[in-house]
Amino acid sequence: MQKIESKGINFYYGETQALHNVSLSMKENSVTALIGPSGCGKSTYLRLLNRMNDLIDNTKMTGSILIDGQDIYEKNTNVDDLRKNVGMVFQKPNPFPKSIFENVAYGLKVNGITDKKTIEERVITSIEQVALWGEVKDKLKKSAFELSGGQQQRLCIARALAIQPSILLMDEPTSALDPISTSKIEELIYELKKQYTIVIVTHNMQQAGRVSDTTAFFYMGELIEYDKTKTIFTKPSQKQTEDYITGRFG
Amino acid sequence: MTKEIHLAKQKRRNQKIAFGLFQFTSYAVVGLLFVILAFIVIKGIGVISWEFISEMPKEGMTKGGIFPAIVGTLCLVFGSMIFAFPVGVLAAIYMNEYVKDGWMKKIIKQMTNNLAGVPSIVFGLFGMALFVNKLEFGDSLLAGSLTLGLLVLPVVIRTTEESLKSVDDTFRQASLGLGASKWQTTSKVVFPIAFPNIITGLILSIGRVSGETAPILFTVAAYFLPKLPTSIFDQAMALPYHLYVISTSGTNIEASREMAYGTALILIIIVLISNLLANALRKYFGKKVKMN
Repeated sequence: MQKIESKGINFYYGETQALHNVSLSMKENSVTALIGPSGCGKSTYLRLLNRMNDLIDNTKMTGSILIDGQDIYEKNTNVDDLRKNVGMVFQKPNPFPKSIFENVAYGLKVNGITDKKTIEERVITSIEQVALWGEVKDKLKKSAFELSGGQQQRLCIARALAIQPSILLMDEPTSALDPISTSKIEELIYELKKQYTIVIVTHNMQQAGRVSDTTAFFYMGELIEYDKTKTIFTKPSQKQTEDYITGRFG
Repeated sequence: MTKEIHLAKQKRRNQKIAFGLFQFTSYAVVGLLFVILAFIVIKGIGVISWEFISEMPKEGMTKGGIFPAIVGTLCLVFGSMIFAFPVGVLAAIYMNEYVKDGWMKKIIKQMTNNLAGVPSIVFGLFGMALFVNKLEFGDSLLAGSLTLGLLVLPVVIRTTEESLKSVDDTFRQASLGLGASKWQTTSKVVFPIAFPNIITGLILSIGRVSGETAPILFTVAAYFLPKLPTSIFDQAMALPYHLYVISTSGTNIEASREMAYGTALILIIIVLISNLLANALRKYFGKKVKMN
C-alpha cells in the first residue's frame, strides 16, 4: 500500500485554479522532491497533505488524498490528529519566541502530554535526532532566537519530530540557510528517511538530486512528470522536464 | 560632460532641499510640543505643592488643592480600562483570528472605524441616556467609566488587531501544524507574541481617557464636590472638567487662573507617568516573551 495517495486533485484559490487533476502516490520511508518554477503549485500540493490550506479563506478542493488508506478530507477527519501525524517544516526557520526546551515541548503539551518525565525524554530524543544536542544541551532554557539560522531550522525539525509523526513535509527548508547548514539538513533528511516518509519542496535541483528517491515536476498547476529521481535527472520522458532541469526555463 | 556635472549638482541640491524640509517639519513638531509643555510648566509650577495635590478645593476653587479631581480621574481611568480592555481585546482576537474574510468582517471593521470617529460629546449624551437614566446608575463613577470605556473601545480594538496582525503567520501555521487547536494557538503562541504591542493600546487609551471632558460632563463629573467618592455610584470631580470649570465658569476666573495651569500640569504628569509605566511593562513583557 502507498503511504500517501492522491487522486485527481483540483484546487482553487477563489476563481484561480492552482492545481489541475494531480494524482501522485508516495511510498513509506521514501523522500519525494516536488520541483518546478515558482507558482507551479508544488507548495500548494504540499500544504494539502496536512490540510494547511484550510487556513486560507475562499479555497476549494476536489479529488481525494489518502494517508494510510484514510481519506484525510472526509467529513469526520480530526484535523488536529492528522497534523500530529503529518509534521511540517517551513521555509524560514520559525521557532516560537520561547526557550529551546519549550519549543520542542510545545507540541507535546498541546497534545495533552503532562508527565514531566515523558516530555523531557521526548524533547531530548528529538533534539538528538536532529544532531543538535551537543550544541544546545547546556542552554535549553535560553531563547531559541539565540541559535543560528541553521540551528533554528534543526530545532524546528526536532519540534516536528517530538510528537512522533510518520510523515514530514518540508517546504523549501534550506532556502534561507547557508551552504554548511544546508548540507547538515540534507544529511539529516537522509537519516530521517529510515523512519519517516518525507515530502520536500525545493528550488534547488542539486538538492532534489541528492536527497530524494522520487521527484515530481510541476508546471502551471499540472503534474508533468513523476518518476525515480535518477530517471528524471538523466532521461526524463517529457521535454518540459528536461528543459527545466537543464535550466532552459524556470 | 558639463551637462552631467550640472545634473549631478541639481540632484544633490534637490536632495538637500527635500531633506531640509523633512528635518524642519520633524523638528517643528518636537519644538511645538516642548513649547506647549514649557508654557504649562512655567505657568503652573508655581502652585504645585503638597497642599495642591493633597487638599480639597477652597474658597470658590481659588485656593486649596485639587485632590478630589485627581482621585476622580484616576478612578475613571481605572474603571474605564477594566471595562474597555478585556472587551476590546477579546473582540479584536475574535475578529482577527476567528472571523473569515467576507462581508461580515468588513461590516464589523467599518463599524469599529466609524465608532472611533464619533464625537466624544455624542458618547456623553449616549452615556447619559443609557447608563445614567435608563439603567438608573445616576451621575456616577460607574456611568462615567462605562461611557469613557465605550469611547476608547475602538482604540483598544484597533491597536490589538494591528498587534495580532503583525504576528507572523508562520507561527500560527507551525502551532497548528503540531496539532494544536486554534484556541491553543491563539492563547499560547499568538497572544503572548502580540501582548507587548497590545500594551500600546492601553497606553493610548489611558491618555485619551484621562483627558476627555465631554463624555463625563453628563455622566459623572461634579462641579464642586469637596469629598472623595466612596462607591461606584458616587459622583466625582475630574481633572479635565475641573480645568474647564475654573477656566470658564468658576467663581473668580482671574483668581483661579494659576490653579488652572497647575491642574493642567498635573493632568499632563499623570498621562506621562502612565505612559512611562506602560512602556516599562511593554519592555518587561517583550523580554519575557523571548525567554519563556
